[in-house]
Parts: sequence; C-alpha cells; structure tokens
Amino acid sequence: MTQTSVERGRGDLRLASLTKSFGSFTAVEPMDLTVPQGSFFALLGPSGCGKTTTLRMIAGLEAPTAGSIHIGDQEITATKAHQRNVNTVFQSYALFPHMTVLDNVMFGLKRRGDKDARRKSLEALELVQLEGLGGRKPNQLSGGMQQRVALARALVNRPDVLLLDEPLGALDLKLRRQMQIELKRIQQEVGLTFIHVTHDQEEAMTMADSIAVMNEGRIEQLGDPATLYEQPESTFVANFLGQSNLLRAKVVPGSGREGITMVRSHDADLEVVENHVPHGVTDVWLGVRPEKLRLGESGGPNRLRGTVRDVSFTGVATQYMVAMPWGRELTVVQQNDGSARAALGEQVTLSWAAEHGFALDASQDAEAGAMVEDDV
Amino acid sequence: MSEATPRVRINPLGNAIPPNPTRRNWVPYALLVPGLLWLVIFFVLPMITLGSQSLQEGSVEEGFVFTGNIGIYADAFSQYWPHMVRSLVYASLATVLALLLGYPLAYFIAQKAGRWKNIVLVLVIAPFFTSFLIRTLAWKTILSDNFFITQWAQKLGITDLLQAVGLTSTDSLLFSPFAVVMGLTYNFLPFMILPLYASLERLDPRLLEAAGDLYATPWQAFRRVTWPLSLPGVVAGTLLTFIPASGDFINARLLGNTQTSMIGSVIDTLFLRVLDYPLAAALSFILLVVIVTLVSLYVRKAGTEELL
Repeated sequence: MTQTSVERGRGDLRLASLTKSFGSFTAVEPMDLTVPQGSFFALLGPSGCGKTTTLRMIAGLEAPTAGSIHIGDQEITATKAHQRNVNTVFQSYALFPHMTVLDNVMFGLKRRGDKDARRKSLEALELVQLEGLGGRKPNQLSGGMQQRVALARALVNRPDVLLLDEPLGALDLKLRRQMQIELKRIQQEVGLTFIHVTHDQEEAMTMADSIAVMNEGRIEQLGDPATLYEQPESTFVANFLGQSNLLRAKVVPGSGREGITMVRSHDADLEVVENHVPHGVTDVWLGVRPEKLRLGESGGPNRLRGTVRDVSFTGVATQYMVAMPWGRELTVVQQNDGSARAALGEQVTLSWAAEHGFALDASQDAEAGAMVEDDV
Repeated sequence: MSEATPRVRINPLGNAIPPNPTRRNWVPYALLVPGLLWLVIFFVLPMITLGSQSLQEGSVEEGFVFTGNIGIYADAFSQYWPHMVRSLVYASLATVLALLLGYPLAYFIAQKAGRWKNIVLVLVIAPFFTSFLIRTLAWKTILSDNFFITQWAQKLGITDLLQAVGLTSTDSLLFSPFAVVMGLTYNFLPFMILPLYASLERLDPRLLEAAGDLYATPWQAFRRVTWPLSLPGVVAGTLLTFIPASGDFINARLLGNTQTSMIGSVIDTLFLRVLDYPLAAALSFILLVVIVTLVSLYVRKAGTEELL
C-alpha cells in the first residue's frame, strides 16, 4: 500500500474473536479483523458502537473479555499498555500540562531510554509543522496545535500501530479538513499503520484505505471507501455512509438480460446489476444514491415518475425532494452542470442505470443508521 | 471611555443608565475593605504591640517601660535555640509523616472512592467535631504503658528501635518525642489531606492513561505526572501542617516530658506563668521570622525546580 512498508504481513495487526463485555452489556461482539501493516484503517460508526472500546483494547487500556490481539507473530493480548509498541492520539489530546511541548514529545522516547530523544522529537515537531514551539506549554497553544503535539508525541516513537481516537473531533470544520489532508500526508510519509476511530463518515472516506463500519458492537461491512459507498451490504451502511433512497421491491426470477436482475417495485420493472443483489432473497430494498438519479430520461433504463415537492439550491448542486405516486419522497441531487432545473410542483421522470442500484435484504430496518450523522 | 460617544446602556424598563465608570472602579477596592480592616485590627496592630513589648523592660509589679532593648533578641535566641530547633525537627517529622499517610488517602478519595467520596471526606474532617484538647488527651490513653499498643510495640521490638533512633528514652511510648510527633501528626493530618485531595481531584486520569500508553510504568507515571501535578497540594498541605505544628504547645505539654518542650510551650509559659512579656514577645518574633524564612525558601525551591 505504501512504498515504505516493510515486507507485507510482518507487522499486521490481527484481532481474533476479540470481545468486550461490561457486566451484561456486550460492547464489542467477537470481532475478527486484520489490519495490514502500513495501511490507514478507519473504524467508523455512531457513538456507542464499540469502536472506541476496540481501540482501547488494542492500546492495552481495556482488558478484553475474550479473544486475542497479535501484531505480526507476537501476541500482545495480556501485555500492559506500557509494554506495547502501540501509541494513541487521544480525543482529549491528554497532553501533560506541566511539561513543555518538547518534553511531552520526548516522554515516550525517554521512558525507553532513547539517547537520541531530543533530536527525534525536534524532527517530529518539524513533521507536524510546529518547529520552534517546543519551549511552550500546551495551554499556550491553540486546539489545532495541541492536536499536532499529541500526534507528534505518538508518532515519534514509531509504534507498530498508531491509534487515533476521534482526533479531529474538537476542531472546527475548516481546521478539520486541513488536518485530514495533513494526517494522510504524514501517514504516507512515515508509513506506519494508522487506525483511526471516527463517527464522521466523510472523514473516514477522505483518509482511510479501508474502513470497517461498526454498529452495535459488530463490524457491519469492511472494505475500501468506494466499495462501501457503491455496494453497501446493509441498510445501516447504506444510510450511514451518505444518503440512500430505498424502495421496497421484489426480485422477478429469471427475467433479466445477461448479468442483470429484474426487480418489481410499485408496478415498475427495474434493472439491477446481478452482483449487487444478495443471493436467495426475494424481498429487497432497492437502493439508489441521490446523485445517481437523473431528472429526465438520460440516466438509464430505470424510470419513475413523481412530483417535485422541494427544491434547495446549494450552489454546487441542487437537491430535490420528488414525491412518488405512493407517497414516498426520493432525494435527488443534481450537479450544477448547466442542465435544466426543475420547478416546484413539476411532474418529472427520474432515471438511473442498472449498475447504480443495489439491493439489500428487506428484513432490515430501512431507517437503520439514517439519523446518526453528525451527532457531535 | 471617549467623551464624544458616551456608552449609554438601556435597562429592561427602557430608561437609560448613565455611564458611571468612577463608581464601578471603586467596587473591587470596596470589597477589600472588610478584610483589610480585620487584618489591621487583628494582625497589624497586635504585631506592633508585640514588637514594642519585646523592646520594653520592667516587671508586672513595677510596670514595663519602653527602652529599645534590642539585646533581648540575642538573649532569647541564645537561651532558647534548642527549643526552637526541637520544634522545627518535631514539626518536620510530623509533616513528613502526615504526607506519607495523607497522600495515599487523598489519592484514594480523589480518584478511586467513587460514590463513597463524600463519606470518606466527612470521616477525615470528623475529628474536628471533638475538641483539640480531648483528642490529644485520647492519645495519652492510646500510648499509655498498660494499653496493648505499647505492650505489642515492646514485644515486636519497636520500642527498642525507637530508643535506638532517640525518639524515646525508656521502654514506654508516652512522654517522649515519639508521642509528641505522633500527636502533632494526628492533629494536623486533616490539614494535609484536604489540600492534597483538592489537587489530586483535579488530576485527569486520562493523563495517566496517556503516560502508560507512552511506555511509563505505573511508578514512572506517578513520578512524572501525578506527583508534579499534585505539587501545589503538597506545598499547601505541608505548609498548613508545618506552620501550626512548629508553634504548637499542647502536644508537647500533654504527650511529652521536660526534655521535649517546644518553643510554643516556652512562649506560653513566659507569657502566662513567668509573666516575662518582653522575652515572650521577642521569642514570638524570632519564631515568626524563622518560619517565614524557611517557608519562603521551601516555596521557592518547590516553585522553581520541582514544578518544572
């Protein structure tokens, strides 16, 4: 994945049936996960989904109820936090207020008796663009700078795995965007394994090579950002990563063209690419992303007619709410590419291509994961 | 406040309130007045009286006359410096003991007691509901020869050990430097615990997690994070213990012997029994200066080296 990573597989982080219960409450269901060395990995989920507990078990701050943790060939399940070659960037930063920035960064190296602590720490401060600020106390720095100090303090130890617990949560939107790019740059530069815990789907998609979407203590789906977005495997993932229009439909067996499955939804026959449909299921939710729907007939063979109920123009795009004859409203996002805009109350045709739809088992709640965006 | 654009504020009823910076600036000073008056009447004036008293000569019968007798300070010091040193040694021992006992307890209350926190805090303060004198007298019973503590201490060889280090001179525990130090430690322990608790309570446990995450063993985390962050509490607690303990006279009188009298008991005797007011006043001043000097040296050291 990165050029600097050593021989693949040597420093992979492996979780096997890792479980955590607090009394009768199971925070993390038995979890199996392999994070390849040198990758930027995100654990994404709403608050309370078990992502932070998982991170704390990897850091050694929480003892697992069952299961094991390996880094490469070495099992670290029973070792204490201070014996693990794993460092954390805490959500609260947890900088030592009585030490200077440089002393904070040197803390880990000094505990290990590194003779070169000072030089390495100055380099780390340079990496996070804080050169010259080593003599300050943490409370003399802005939130964004403190965030960088926390990052430098963890990075400088060159851990096998670097854990980031919602590190950008306390920053304002603009600074957060900037730090996302910065973090990605630094990760590529140092080639360490980063595990980033976040509830912000955009943040996870921007930075991570692969994402595990967590819900209620389980991994719902694991994959690269594009796959998760284009082919979600559950309604939770479909709603939590971006928005989805979900239509109730039934699979019509053996009726489609080569590689295409036909589904019937509210008297309309619709096409879906065969490998976007789960096997052996007849009742499905047919999902289409708002930006894949086209006003007019240019989008593809799938057509639905409805009435425009709401238009909101945001500059870069226009969002429409289009009411279907059976009452449900679909969200359509039209890029501001010069094409004609629809007016309120207008009858429109929505169209989309077969490869832009995905089908999900209809036994799931269509609203799962829909309301939990941006809960901070 | 520029004259051209007076800032007129409107109150909820709609009438304008004229700006009145003069009156507003007075408020902080006005708040100081009661405290300053208190200090002037009950601290500054008595200090001046005490100072002038120390420079008088005479006796109760014939009356005292101000003679400016500075030499009394040299006399007082040369006569009573062993009591002074003894007081400081006992007070230091009591302070160290109180710190050793109080720190773990304060840490427990602040970080681990959870819902028991308030109950344990009340227990710490509970002895204050009894009089200082009664509590000290109770130690007489606790350390008496026929109570099990002394007997066990004798069996376990603790009395021999105390004798070897000079804290007792006989096989008993009572009426010895040991008993005085124990009494001082006990009586001033809450003054140690409360400021320690206040500073340890503010300690963010996430900092200790961070230290552990950065390879610090629990001991190193304590040494590098908990201890330096609790130093303000340590300084406050040791001062609140050391200062009153070095001037104390009850513990030395009730639990000690003629060889253990502290400077407080000397001043007490001179003022109330011998009625040598000038000497008593001079000794009070010397004690004050010694303590202020030691405390400022201590605070400076704690402030510049250990707080770094």
